[in-house]
Amino acid sequence: MLRELLYALAGFLQTFGQLQLFFLRLVAATPRAIWRRFPLIVQQVHNTGALSLPIIITSAFFVGGVLGLQGYDNLSRFGSEDALGVFVALSLMKELGPVVTALLFAGRAGTALASEIGLMRATDQLSAMEMMAVDPIRRVVMPRFLGGVIAMPLLAAIFSAVAIFGAYMVGVVLMGVDLGAFWAQMRESVELADIMEGVVKSVVFGVAASLLAVFEGYNALPTAEGVGRATTRTVVISSIAVLVLDFMITAVLM
Amino acid sequence: MAQKTENVVEIRGLCYARGQRQIFDHLDIDIKRGKVTAVMGPSGTGKTTLLRLITGQLVPDRGTIVVDGEDLSKLNRGGIYRMRKKIGMLFQNGALLTDYPVFENVAFPLREHTDLPDRLIRHIVLTKLHAVGLRGAATLMPSELSGGMARRVALARAMVMDPEILIYDEPFVGLDPISMGVIVRLVRRMNDILGISSIVVSHDVQEISTVADVSYLISDGKVVASGSPEELSGAPSELVKQFMHGMADGPVPFHYPAPDYAEQLLGREGD
Repeated sequence: MLRELLYALAGFLQTFGQLQLFFLRLVAATPRAIWRRFPLIVQQVHNTGALSLPIIITSAFFVGGVLGLQGYDNLSRFGSEDALGVFVALSLMKELGPVVTALLFAGRAGTALASEIGLMRATDQLSAMEMMAVDPIRRVVMPRFLGGVIAMPLLAAIFSAVAIFGAYMVGVVLMGVDLGAFWAQMRESVELADIMEGVVKSVVFGVAASLLAVFEGYNALPTAEGVGRATTRTVVISSIAVLVLDFMITAVLM
Repeated sequence: MAQKTENVVEIRGLCYARGQRQIFDHLDIDIKRGKVTAVMGPSGTGKTTLLRLITGQLVPDRGTIVVDGEDLSKLNRGGIYRMRKKIGMLFQNGALLTDYPVFENVAFPLREHTDLPDRLIRHIVLTKLHAVGLRGAATLMPSELSGGMARRVALARAMVMDPEILIYDEPFVGLDPISMGVIVRLVRRMNDILGISSIVVSHDVQEISTVADVSYLISDGKVVASGSPEELSGAPSELVKQFMHGMADGPVPFHYPAPDYAEQLLGREGD
């Protein structure tokens, strides 16, 4: 029993070490790639970012709507429903925006990245590139990773904005919270530090979710089953990583 | 620039094991410059592994591999990549990039390694596509190609950098007779017209015998026979005879190692 635990721990540490080395290789390849691979990176921002917009916007609207309802219900018990704007904005910018976006991102863009790279491995496309003296890490993995890193904070910002609009629709238009109070209090109380916390989180989550997706895809076993497993692992591990990192960042920034 | 040696690839005392299994045991092979060399052997003898060793994708446990005068073990990553630019490789399934149309697939190495203007790239790519008879398919996506066409596109791509060595991994597998004939002819023609050296890994004895100048037959990690196709088919060795004439049983047994037949049938389940 103890032995198995030790083996599991050793396996985890080994994978974690590989992940870090992989990350370093990506970082090392980045500066030159930004210059040489710019069109590829733009295309990947489109693939991971723009194509994720429908799910992000729809989810954001309803998350905001629920926040508006719940916030109104709870705040009105203390007669302070005017604070709805602040409540919604703070919870979205600091927490829900980055976290929910990252979870959706892992499900929508992360799986696409992992299965795409995994399939390229399974169909020898990566080996073919190596044979053509083209490093697949630079040609395939790096642009996808950077695309995700760039897209994720943008998506989180859009998520927060749309969700605040959703809360406004529910709180002000539907439930009758004072329009002026909703916006004015939000402007009064939300500070730059609050926004920065969200920005920091969304960048960290973007790096984590994109890195895990390309790592799992690149190291997928070259079979149908292997690619499937890599896709699943991407979602599971990214989600856990995002929630753990969220706790750590919040604790540090407190 | 390395001197033009007579052998474009020289393998000496190559040992390679995967896990417990010894795949190559002191293997010696010479690939002659300007010739078509066939590497044959029963399935599972590590023919593809041999190609991966020659191209530096795998590292041998022991022995040396010299490609065009350069010892692979003395090259670093950059050196291996530089060496690979001299080699074109045709993968079993073509391994075309599925995101790009045929034209871009063939243009890929040029775009990666050169700064040639678009007009020139277009010219080169169309020439190579014409050579494999697929100039008209330039705008198709890989998913729209048949197996034989995909392999011809891959051949055009392998040639686009004008390599000195062309490597074919099982080029005849799963093709209809017409496509097979086309590929057989292309292998020979590319070799003679472009003056390159070809290595063809295959177990299609009939097809390969029509194009190869020299054949190596590998089994159990060693070369068991080599020579021209005629020499091989006349060889006295039982193994060579079995392989060349496609006999089901012989030195390579029909049965995978198993416990005694009667004992297993009468024994308990799961034994």
